[in-house]
Amino acid sequence: MSAAAKPSFRLLPAVTPENEHFWRGGAAGELRFLHCAACDFYVHPPAPRCPRCLSPELGVRAVSGRARLHTFTVNHQPWIPGFDPPYVVAIVELVEQPSLRLTTNLVGCPPEAARIGMPLRVRFESVADGIFLPLFEPEPGAAG
Amino acid sequence: MSRFGERQAAITGIGQSQVGRRLNRDPLALTLDACLEAISDAGLRREDIDGLSTYPGAFSAGAPGFSGAGVTEVQDALRLELDWYSGGLEQPGQLGSIINACAAISAGLARHVLCFRTVWESTAQGGGGRRGIGSGGGGGFRASGALQWTLPFGAASAAVWIAMMAQRHFHEYGTTREQLAWIALSGRRHAALNPRAVYREPLSLEDYLAARTISTPFCLYDCDVPVDGSTAFVVSRADAARDAPHPPLGFEAVGCAIRGRPSWDQWDDLTTMALRDASAMLWSRTDLRPGDVDVAELYDGFSFIALCWLEALGFCGKGEGGPFVAGGERIGLRGEIPLNTHGGQLSAGRLHGYGFLHEACLQLRGAGGDRQVPGDPKVAVAAAGGGPLAGCVLLRRD
Repeated sequence: MSAAAKPSFRLLPAVTPENEHFWRGGAAGELRFLHCAACDFYVHPPAPRCPRCLSPELGVRAVSGRARLHTFTVNHQPWIPGFDPPYVVAIVELVEQPSLRLTTNLVGCPPEAARIGMPLRVRFESVADGIFLPLFEPEPGAAG
Repeated sequence: MSRFGERQAAITGIGQSQVGRRLNRDPLALTLDACLEAISDAGLRREDIDGLSTYPGAFSAGAPGFSGAGVTEVQDALRLELDWYSGGLEQPGQLGSIINACAAISAGLARHVLCFRTVWESTAQGGGGRRGIGSGGGGGFRASGALQWTLPFGAASAAVWIAMMAQRHFHEYGTTREQLAWIALSGRRHAALNPRAVYREPLSLEDYLAARTISTPFCLYDCDVPVDGSTAFVVSRADAARDAPHPPLGFEAVGCAIRGRPSWDQWDDLTTMALRDASAMLWSRTDLRPGDVDVAELYDGFSFIALCWLEALGFCGKGEGGPFVAGGERIGLRGEIPLNTHGGQLSAGRLHGYGFLHEACLQLRGAGGDRQVPGDPKVAVAAAGGGPLAGCVLLRRD
């Protein structure tokens, strides 16, 4: 099975006014986070105030979608009916900020090609209710 | 009087129910078996119990068998008259409920606190194998809170979350599966000497390496085994512990700190988890040092967590856990630091944190039977939790 195969079933997030920018930003091809203009800090998961400077003035900002593979696991256990293994679960770190991480899936490459530190870019998977899941694939042309 | 309140508390009684796979017994019945044994072991009657503490409290959502009984059920079943009680999930790991008991005693809120932890995951999960969090919710289920960031990506188990931490440790420090295996292999050696352990047959490195993969780098033997069972303790005020039938096991220090982000994936250094902070706090509250510890019972819900506890508590250097455990000699019954002398959760069963403290008490009492650590051990550490959950206690028999 290809690591890029789409699972027939995914558990979905409950979309709220607080997280909608993140889960639906993919409709515009954008990976969006809350951002604190006062101290230039991306905030994730969403929060009412910047956890660094406590400013309540947070806006939504799109990032480049480029990331590095921080760590990963090739999962072989069928935890969720319809979400068939093997698949790669990854924690990626966005290039914009060292602490800005997401748990996601590594797609578009065989599991055995996964290397910590490899450059990645976001690729959205449209699921339901306008939700676009941000998945990550190897950056084309980059040395793995 | 010490400024560290835990010094006023001691374990006076221990109890454990039948432990096994698919016992098909009422979890409250298991709980009462353990509780009554602990009360009796402390030389007390139920009328003497004035505090009650547990983890995670009555709780059923999405985790079959994870909670066997809550505070109110046990209070009512034993008709306890309580001055203080506490149960819940938001604690520094499973042993947070023990640390709470110490705090209650130190604050004068209770004199004899009954603490318990019950699981019946083996029966509750039946023959269907382990499922992920939220997988029973059906098509209408929507993940909220912290789970929304992991479940959509099939990261539906702590096995997946911890596997990624282990992978990072492998990357940074060169740790290998052949090294990590020794947490499981050493535990199995000890379990062979423990008549209550669930898995006692020999396990070789070849068996380990050939086992099916769960989530890389973890294979089946890196993951603990769900069981049914209950464990209980009586934590008493030190001056009320003097008449106990067994030597009181005093709390030399506790650790329950968390300084990083309370998250499985946002934690700053995934190779340390919250174990780092809890361990640092523990050593800040005692003059004892890792070299003074005679036996270590460290949470191995996944093998890698025990390796991390060894590093966090300073039994070896940061990142050196792999070479330290390799071959199993240092962590054997006659090694530098005997580890998981009952077999740990990997072989003795997932009693979820409390099993480690129970074994620490047995060892300090010299009641370890065939697996007793030689040399009359007097200091033991018990630690539980992983990821952003971590609590540890240092026990001392004077």
